[in-house]
Amino acid sequence: MQHYSGFELVKHGLSHHENWQRVWRNPEPRSQYDIIIVGGGGHGLATAYYLAKEHGITNVAVVEKGWLGGGNTARNTTIVRSNYLWDEAAWLYEHAMKLWEGLSQDLNYNVMFSQRGVMNLGHTLQDMRDINRRVNANRLNGIDGEVLDVKQIQEIVPLMDCSRNTRYPVLGASWQPRAGVARHDAVAWGFARAADALGVHLLQRTEVTGIRTSGGKVLGVETSRGFIGAKTVGVVTAGNSGVLAKMAGIRLPIESHPLQALVSEPMKPVLDTVVMSNHVHGYISQSDKGDLVIGAGIDGYNGYGQRGSYPTIEHTLQAIVELFPAFSRVRMNRQWGGIVDTTPDACPIISATPVGGLFFNCGWGTGGFKATPGSGNVFAATLANGKAHPLAAPFSIDRFISGKLIDEHGAAGVAH
Amino acid sequence: MTQPSSQPNRLANNGRIDRSRPLRFQFNGTSYQGYAGDTLASALLANGVDVVNRSFKYARVRGIVAAGAEEPNAILQLGRSEAEQVPNVRATQQALYDGLVATSTSGWPKVDGDVMGVVGKMGGRFMPAGFYYKTFMSPAAMWPKYEKAIRKAAGLGRAPRESDPDIYDHINRHCDVLVIGAGPAGLAAALAAGRSGARVILCDEQEEMGGSLLDTRESIDGQPAAAWVERVLAELAGVADVLLLPRTTANGYHDHNFVTLHERRTEHLADSAPLLNGRRQVRARMHKVRAGQVILATGTHERPLVYANNDVPGNMVAGAISTYIRRYAVVPGKRLVLSTSNDHAYRAALDWHDTGREVVAIVDAREKPDGDLVTEARSRGIRIITGSAVIETRGAKRVTGALVASIDIAGFKVSGRVEELACDTVGSSGGYSPVVHLAAHTGARPEWRDDILGFVPGKVKGQVVAGGVNGKMSLAEALADGLEAASNALMANGLEAQGGTLPKVRTVREGKAAALFDVPHLKPTMRAPKQFVDLQNDVTTAGIALATREGFESIEHVKRYTALGFGTDQGKLGNINGMAVAARCLGQTIPETGTTVFRPNYTPITFGAIAGRHCRELFDPRRYTALHAWHVKHGAKFEEVGQWMRPWYFPKGNESMHEAVQRECRAVRESVGVLDASTLGKIEIQGKDAREFLGRLYSNPWAKLDVGKCRYGLMCKDDGMVMDDGVTACLGENHFHMTTTTGGAAGVLEWLELWHQTEWPELEVYFNSTTDHWVAMAINGPNARKLLAELTDMDLSNENFKFMDWREGTVAGVPARVFRISFTGELSYEINVQANYAMHVWEALFEKGEKYGLTPYGTETMHVLRAEKGFIIVGQDTDGSVTPEDLGMQWCVGYKKPFSWIGRRALTRPDTKREDRKQMVGLKPLDSRLVLEEGAQIVLEKELKLPMPMAGHVTSSYFSPVLGHGFALALLKGGNQRMGQTVYLPMADGKVHAAEVVSPVFYDPKGDRQNV
Amino acid sequence: MLHIYCPHCEEYREEEEFRPKGEAHIARPQNPEETSDEEWGDYLFFRKNPRGAHHEQWYHAAGCRKFFNVTRDTVSYEILETYKVGELPTIDDTSRRAAK
Repeated sequence: MQHYSGFELVKHGLSHHENWQRVWRNPEPRSQYDIIIVGGGGHGLATAYYLAKEHGITNVAVVEKGWLGGGNTARNTTIVRSNYLWDEAAWLYEHAMKLWEGLSQDLNYNVMFSQRGVMNLGHTLQDMRDINRRVNANRLNGIDGEVLDVKQIQEIVPLMDCSRNTRYPVLGASWQPRAGVARHDAVAWGFARAADALGVHLLQRTEVTGIRTSGGKVLGVETSRGFIGAKTVGVVTAGNSGVLAKMAGIRLPIESHPLQALVSEPMKPVLDTVVMSNHVHGYISQSDKGDLVIGAGIDGYNGYGQRGSYPTIEHTLQAIVELFPAFSRVRMNRQWGGIVDTTPDACPIISATPVGGLFFNCGWGTGGFKATPGSGNVFAATLANGKAHPLAAPFSIDRFISGKLIDEHGAAGVAH
Repeated sequence: MTQPSSQPNRLANNGRIDRSRPLRFQFNGTSYQGYAGDTLASALLANGVDVVNRSFKYARVRGIVAAGAEEPNAILQLGRSEAEQVPNVRATQQALYDGLVATSTSGWPKVDGDVMGVVGKMGGRFMPAGFYYKTFMSPAAMWPKYEKAIRKAAGLGRAPRESDPDIYDHINRHCDVLVIGAGPAGLAAALAAGRSGARVILCDEQEEMGGSLLDTRESIDGQPAAAWVERVLAELAGVADVLLLPRTTANGYHDHNFVTLHERRTEHLADSAPLLNGRRQVRARMHKVRAGQVILATGTHERPLVYANNDVPGNMVAGAISTYIRRYAVVPGKRLVLSTSNDHAYRAALDWHDTGREVVAIVDAREKPDGDLVTEARSRGIRIITGSAVIETRGAKRVTGALVASIDIAGFKVSGRVEELACDTVGSSGGYSPVVHLAAHTGARPEWRDDILGFVPGKVKGQVVAGGVNGKMSLAEALADGLEAASNALMANGLEAQGGTLPKVRTVREGKAAALFDVPHLKPTMRAPKQFVDLQNDVTTAGIALATREGFESIEHVKRYTALGFGTDQGKLGNINGMAVAARCLGQTIPETGTTVFRPNYTPITFGAIAGRHCRELFDPRRYTALHAWHVKHGAKFEEVGQWMRPWYFPKGNESMHEAVQRECRAVRESVGVLDASTLGKIEIQGKDAREFLGRLYSNPWAKLDVGKCRYGLMCKDDGMVMDDGVTACLGENHFHMTTTTGGAAGVLEWLELWHQTEWPELEVYFNSTTDHWVAMAINGPNARKLLAELTDMDLSNENFKFMDWREGTVAGVPARVFRISFTGELSYEINVQANYAMHVWEALFEKGEKYGLTPYGTETMHVLRAEKGFIIVGQDTDGSVTPEDLGMQWCVGYKKPFSWIGRRALTRPDTKREDRKQMVGLKPLDSRLVLEEGAQIVLEKELKLPMPMAGHVTSSYFSPVLGHGFALALLKGGNQRMGQTVYLPMADGKVHAAEVVSPVFYDPKGDRQNV
Repeated sequence: MLHIYCPHCEEYREEEEFRPKGEAHIARPQNPEETSDEEWGDYLFFRKNPRGAHHEQWYHAAGCRKFFNVTRDTVSYEILETYKVGELPTIDDTSRRAAK
């Protein structure tokens, strides 16, 4: 792998950048791999990278129907945080957070992870009880967090209306300083480049059309480029998980919904942190390019269309203008939609299936991007060892039978 | 301030400006003059302003290149006062008004003397596409500092720092036919549809309707085209069912023919909306249109050619030159070189020639151009250099010359000698891209057409495409296509086209265009001077070449790696050229390389216009009880519960919240207090199967509840988790009155309807919300009976009106239902009267209650009193993961009910049967003065060592005046087994509190006080 | 924004009047106590989530307060039919393929 650094940049500049190498190859598929990952998004690519790096398994293919990082990796609001309420979720996301903290160096690719802090606002007394509960739990789990009062909030976000004049005045907030944002596309590209360098085959424009099984065990996948064999197959296809599950003849407790987001025109920096509000349904940060990046709520109906309904966007901007009256004259440049795979308890499924050798990693809902390295890391271990990584174990699909849900819906731990 | 210049580029005659109305404006501190009818861009060009901005990445000087929505460079800041700042205004779409103040959005210290420009020149070489992914990584600790520096360069304009003084509104509309774009096709379509009696909306984004007809050289029916526009608009204005919306951009095309139209109502007049009859006007209006059929007549955007240094001010899109000359009477230079791949662009040279200024040459990429316009140019003696293109321009802040060479398009190389032509303006045209954006919003993929070298819209149900956007480029074709589109749209609405006749247009013969996008240079792409594809984001052909070299082969990868098309122009000028460059680098055709996807908005729209008036009090309706005015008058502090404002506590004098609550609590426990309980949800349930239905919905039995009796019920979801609770009274054998939590009222009604309509339609039962009809006043305390007795004729004796009975009668002379139920554990009556009688009854209570010290209390006191009794609040003491058994409410679970009620089956799942589930307990802090924090986490070990396992959390916590100590309710793992144990609560300040696990019922455990 | 025909009101109304309620035709088991944990879990949580024709339930919340069913394409969002509770859909992906 060609090393990246400021020095290299200067060196290549002198040769007119004509000697940069490919960041990944375009290999012909082999007939058999040790492990196939279906889905070349951030999670799939991270899984492949950690399989090669931490488990020495390099005879791996990532099979992607479109382009690498083309699903929700390319369509999210890039927020990274780990301040989840329930232990199981907090541990998993904190595992991801620790990987984020060294990711650019590990991958030799600047994913621009920016720990600018995330603030979750409280607007009612119950919001504040929930915030206290969550921050206390985070602290005892070794995760950074504090509760801010209105004065502290106003100091960090001077443009926000913290007066009593708003419909739901801000009463306080939780604050995770280590949380932040990252450059979403770069995460997929960085993992792809590093995985490729370790020998992983990245098969783009290769659509899985079937999952071949025999005697209850997986044999490989049928693709638009022919059959590709492997005794272990990991499916990491987010919104399309249901489609893959159907191919394997299994049902999932998942529904795919549109999740919309939007950006403003680029503005001079005015917001140096991430502000989220569950109560008024909006969250906002400002990118290094100056765009205000704004997330909306999930549309209620099932949808694979990568677009949602206008009232959802309308309501989100009402919330943003309510919080930031000065942004009324800022313009919305572009909106888009992703397909999020939601589970009943707003927690992912990282699980074996009734089909031997077939594993699913899905159901991340709105939490997928922030988990990318952690998800890949524990899923790689799960695939390599044929059994769940300890952090993944609570996320087995069996919980929907036993009732042992990890209910992040319950106490404001949800949302993005 | 610098003195105003004259308007050196303004023509003495013609144009659509009003020379009798001069307007003053400022740009970067200099005062200028323009005319009514100008855009800010045309006024700047008239005044000879070349440099309007610095580019984003390389800080290169930039001028105006286009005349409409596709302009990438002239993005300016408007506004005189702080609150009226408007960031990122596209000067080509901003009408000039008197007193307009504009500044560049980039450049430091000033736009034509920028320090960053030096950096850009020096460093540009080391900042290829995606350079930041390759550096700033070590040492890791330095990244935040690098990022801070990167952020300094971020952004175009700036947000105001004060609240917007303007208002915006929304209007819903329906129509048979929505015509988007009032150029030739759109006008022809709207006219035909309007004459046929359809409900028509015609919108157009520009200040005037007419589109290309406002600057065309052609005539219609033997008259200037603009005269036809006027006639058509005059006729349409007279048709009742036709709505004309100029200055209105169709910014988003959503599912099922829902289109949002953003109408700029006052942005052409002032920084903020002027007053009209003393009232502030609406700055912008969003028309939310549900259209039967949408006729897309959005025309085309001209593509510039891509050549070296094509960003120096003076490089323009050919068509824009015609627009400025013919519409605004502005010639944006003295000496023009035109570089083109097609006939149509010859108009620019002819229009320029008409003004008497010099056309140095027309450089045509084709070997043998031969259309009518070519012939005309030849006949005027204009030099035409064929088989050639401008490969580079010269100049620093303005073009000083153009390098022209013969080129081999197929071989992508310069094939002959290079000639330098002295000029100050280079117009270029690489063809015309249909404006497919709106159709793409719906998810329809545009389709490539080789014959027009462009993408046309994908098919959308209910959409008809007409004119340039449909590949019908000539005027005659566009008019005919508009007529046909109208006929198709009318047919789909069940109407017939009437009175459609085609106006007469002379056909202009045009030769075939060459497929030329980026122009070869003497040097290879990576070594040539910068050739810009996307001007706003400084995306160059070299950047795209580098991306493909590095393996970013999908067009989506190319776009994301280089930022192509991510600007505020969404790549209107650059996207197709960028795809063409990528296709060339990859050895593919354009359709093989991909398609071009656009998202709403077509052009950026203010947050304010999208939000409309739905902020502040209209963000979400606020609900008040009928007694609200009394609460306000008596100094209540309020709490938001759902949409309701509930009195939280009633401080007297300088009382603190704690003091007030302690006083209110004592009043209830010692004498009598009253709570406005009106916000509780109320649902009337009737029908012969009402009782059976309740038995299925609630966890406890309802079969034997007599008329006149009340019962508390718990409602679960079918996963066994508690979702709501409340008291339901039996009003008659088939008639019940259900109460729900304040926040849950609407959800519970929907829940009842869901089960009835979808699962058990055979049950005869009806539901109706009566929350707002009744006001509920809960009088609580030992003196409650005495007080009520003074106001009612009811028999209140304990024998005849028992705890959990309800009676009908009069209170203070008005009909009332009185429920003897208690949420405090005291003797209690909840008086329900019709809402409009409530104030009378409430005041009567206080009149009679004075001698008992009747005390109004709010939700906080209610919480303390109910918590002393161990009564839960759903949503505070539960969180969607708590079963009735977890709450210790087995008494409320009908294990023997014949029907498997909602939630029952789930209680026998392995996880809900676990002994060590979190269970409701009481906590008594060892330090009696201490009130535990609600949300505090419980641990079993005193020693703090992070991370440490948690066993539960505090859900409710207060200081009890009757107990004389703090107390709390908590959910604790295996709590039932831990009675008497000590648990610990480590706090953020480092203190670790200790508490004893006790029963959650702290006060009057036998319930004697409510039964007296 | 979807435009939905309410089979009770017999009119097209805006999506804002309605609330989506997920997959339709999920019958509660007749004898819940006799179901296995797997069957009960399947009833509660597992869904078809098809990419294509989806039979789903909607509630006319700000209208007639009736629940009804919709067959909608989850990719194009086209509504193929609406019908009352208790009625069966006439369109699914198989019938759509056959019609083509």
